[in-house]
Amino acid sequence: MVDVGTPILSAPPAEGARDQHMVLNMGPQHPSTHGVLRLVLEIDGEIVVRLYPEIGYLHTGIEKTCEAKFYQQVVPLTDRVDYLGPMANNLCYCLAVEKLLQLEIPERAVWIRVLLTELTRLNSHLIWLGTHAMDIGALTVFLYTFREREEILRIFEAVSGQRMMTSYFRIGGLSMEPPLDLFDRIQAFIKTFPEKIDEYSNLLTGNPIFRNRLMGVGHLSPEDAIALAVTGPTMRASGVDFDLRRDMPYSSYEKFQFKVPVSNRCDCWGRYEVRLLEMRESIGIIQQALDGMPGGPIKADAPKIVLPDREKMKTQMEALIHHFKIVTEGFNVPAGEVYQGIESGHGQMGYYVVSDGTAKPYRVHMRYPGFASLQALETMCQGRMLADVVAVIGSIDIVLGEIDR
Amino acid sequence: MADAPKETLAGRQAVLEGLPDHPAVKALIAWNADALTDALFDRGELTLTVTPEKICEAVAAVKDAGYSAFEDMTAVDWLPSEPRFQLSYHILSHQYKERIRLKTWLDSGDLAIESITSVWPGANYYEREVFDLFGIRFEGHPNLRRILMPDDWVGHPLRKDYPVEGYR
Repeated sequence: MVDVGTPILSAPPAEGARDQHMVLNMGPQHPSTHGVLRLVLEIDGEIVVRLYPEIGYLHTGIEKTCEAKFYQQVVPLTDRVDYLGPMANNLCYCLAVEKLLQLEIPERAVWIRVLLTELTRLNSHLIWLGTHAMDIGALTVFLYTFREREEILRIFEAVSGQRMMTSYFRIGGLSMEPPLDLFDRIQAFIKTFPEKIDEYSNLLTGNPIFRNRLMGVGHLSPEDAIALAVTGPTMRASGVDFDLRRDMPYSSYEKFQFKVPVSNRCDCWGRYEVRLLEMRESIGIIQQALDGMPGGPIKADAPKIVLPDREKMKTQMEALIHHFKIVTEGFNVPAGEVYQGIESGHGQMGYYVVSDGTAKPYRVHMRYPGFASLQALETMCQGRMLADVVAVIGSIDIVLGEIDR
Repeated sequence: MADAPKETLAGRQAVLEGLPDHPAVKALIAWNADALTDALFDRGELTLTVTPEKICEAVAAVKDAGYSAFEDMTAVDWLPSEPRFQLSYHILSHQYKERIRLKTWLDSGDLAIESITSVWPGANYYEREVFDLFGIRFEGHPNLRRILMPDDWVGHPLRKDYPVEGYR
């Protein structure tokens, strides 16, 4: 079984190998660590004997900050946690608070949420693919994936006014009606996107360097994946068939038809395959959301929780009072605790929100998939070459913002 | 689960009567009925409170009952009430497609609890985080060091008596 513990900084090198082993520091400023991750490696020649991740360089205390904000003020904080998947963060937090409030969300808002969350998944996977390939040495793919990511960011900008820190979802619905041409624009994007995935696949799948660097590297058995709380595409590439979207549906995912890609390869190549297939499935979900997009309001009918429309606020006394009260005092949330899990681009994300009945959350805990995946790094790298560490870090798709919070 | 009730079931007795066939409830009753001190079914989520001395055995019992995937654990500081700290373990079942919450309470006098890393090695970082930010010790943890804050940091930032702006 795996031991994710022993710090190799304080422990001496393994017995009998004292003279041959070297302790090597990798990061926190290393291009392949996708942020500021520091790895302390004990190596025997080029073989990794032990590996110890040192994190916390990006710790900003977001969970503590949340306790000092009103419920609606937490939404923009969540964007900054996993900064590559802003809408997924917003969705998870809003669903958790809506569960506390037992608030019903209009269908149109729910569908737009699904649509944009799947675009977020594409965004997240595109960055993963580009940077992962770049770590391996295939620099071109990065330029290709960022070309498509740019269009997704433009869509985000059109819908929310922001490219990355969108804060578009609100407790009780959405912040505003999307622009008129948005759905046409998304339609045009996903019409060409499958060809783009073929393009990436043509660049990488047959590439002998890429294949040799990934195949058989970073082995993680299904038992270890579950024991180490690894989730998402990394877990599914180890043959565990579980996806919260299908198995514990939230936000009306039960109305969408999609397959959950699973691979039994248990290596970096399996993770590559699973994520590429996931992108194709996401396109299917986006298409279904566009085809069946219902009409109606985008905010719940809860004047004490949801900000009124701008026009009503300017013309109606009651709306003005509600607006003033929500902005200055927030809204009280009934006491209780909820845990809302969603499937983000990286794996199972979860928000645990505890309310004591006041307008500020008593405790917000964020469960992010990268935090748990990092525990599996040593298991995946032990006994392998030093250069494989780079491939493995890329394959688990970590974002240090979500790990350090 | 499909047959889950809509209403809230508050208290141990109500949950035992309302959800007699729930696999996690059954497993805990079969393991040690006295250690299950409280239960709550609220907003579609089942919370089972166990005594802190028995937490490791309790998670092992629900793991055997099919709740195989540890998902998350954290603490809540309820200063100034006693017992002060609440520990919440979220455990997922791939088989039943359901999540349960195991909960336990700790007095501020003795802030130590058994580590569950022997059952799930994946709880390692989560327990380190709670140790770092709340100052709760986990007995039997393989590597109980600060994880997010610097090693020489003084204090535990997520405690309620720690100011949001920090000490300056």
